Amino acid sequence: MSCNKGWFAKGLKDGVPIALGYFAVAFTLGIAARNAGLTAFQAAFMSLTNVTSAGEFAGIGLIASGAAYIEMAAMQLVINLRYCLMSCTLSQKLDSKLPFLHRLLVAYGVTDEIFAISAAAEGKLNPYYTYGAACVAVPGWTIGTYLGVVLGNVMPDRLLSAMSVALYGMFIAIIIPPVRKDKIIAGLIVVSMIASSLFTYLPILRDISPGFRIIILTIVIAGIAAVLFPIETESEQEKQGSPKTG
Amino acid sequence: MKNNVYLYILVMATVTYLIRMLPLTLIRKEIKSITIRSFLYYVPYVTLAVMTFPAIISATGSPWSGLTSFIAAVLLAYYGASLFKVSVGACLVVFILEMIV
Repeated sequence: MSCNKGWFAKGLKDGVPIALGYFAVAFTLGIAARNAGLTAFQAAFMSLTNVTSAGEFAGIGLIASGAAYIEMAAMQLVINLRYCLMSCTLSQKLDSKLPFLHRLLVAYGVTDEIFAISAAAEGKLNPYYTYGAACVAVPGWTIGTYLGVVLGNVMPDRLLSAMSVALYGMFIAIIIPPVRKDKIIAGLIVVSMIASSLFTYLPILRDISPGFRIIILTIVIAGIAAVLFPIETESEQEKQGSPKTG
Repeated sequence: MKNNVYLYILVMATVTYLIRMLPLTLIRKEIKSITIRSFLYYVPYVTLAVMTFPAIISATGSPWSGLTSFIAAVLLAYYGASLFKVSVGACLVVFILEMIV
C-alpha cells in the first residue's frame, strides 16, 4: 500500500510541469472555444472529458461549423489515433495480473504527456503513478480552459509564450537522459527530429496532418529500429522499481 | 440550425476514450515477440522526439527563443536536471529572452 502511496506522490510531483504546460495550452484553447460560441462550462466539460489538445481544437472548429456527429467521430478517430500506439506500449508496462478496473482508469490518462512519464517509469508501471500525474494535470487542463473562456485575452502574451514550452521541456527531460548510455536511442532521436522537420517544411509532406505525421513516423522509425536493433528480454524490466524521489 | 454542443462533446469523448482504452484492455498478456516488444520500447522515444521538434520552434513568440530553449532543455536534461527543472528552465529561457529582445 505504501508503495502505491509513494508512486501516487511521485505522480503528483511529476504532474506539476505537465499542469503548467497544460494551463498555457488550455488557456488558448479556451479562447478558441469562446470565439466558437461555447460557454466556459461547456469548454471546461469538454476538456475534463477529452483531455486532448489537438482533438479539442479540431472539435471546437467542427462545432462552430455545425458539422455532422459522424464527421466529428471520424475527425477524433484520425487525430487521436496516436493514443492507440501509446496504449499498446502501456499495455506491456502494466502487470498482466493487474485488476481490469486499473486498465480502464489508466486509459483515461493516456495523453501525450502523462503517457510520456508513465512509459518512462522504471520497470513495470504502478497505475497510481499515472493517477497522481492525472490528478494534477487534468485540473490544470480543465481550469486553464475555463479561464481561457472567461478571461479571454487578459493573460500577457509573453507569459503564455514562455509557458507553452513547458510540455516540450518535459518531453526532452524524458528522452534525453537515456542518450548518455544508449547510442541507439540517441540516433533514434536525431533521426526522428530530422524526419519530423522534413515532414513539417517540405512541400506535399507538410500537407499531412500532425496527427498522421506522428503515427507514420513512429511506425516507420520505431519499426525499422525494432528490426535492426532488437532488445533482448531483460529480467530487470520485469520487476517494478520503487519510486525515486528528487 | 446548430446541433447540441453536449452531444458533440459526448461523441468526442467516447471516440477518444475508446482509442485509449481498447489496446489497454485487449492486450493484457505479455507480448512474446522480441520485434514487437522492441517496437513498443522504441515508440515513446520516436513519438516524443517527433512531437518536440520542430514544433518547439514555432511554439513561442519568436523562433530564436524557441530554439534556444530547446538547446537549453537538451543540455539540462543531458547533465541530469530533473523533469521539473528542465521544464521550468525551458520556460525561463523563453521568458528572459523575450523580455530582452
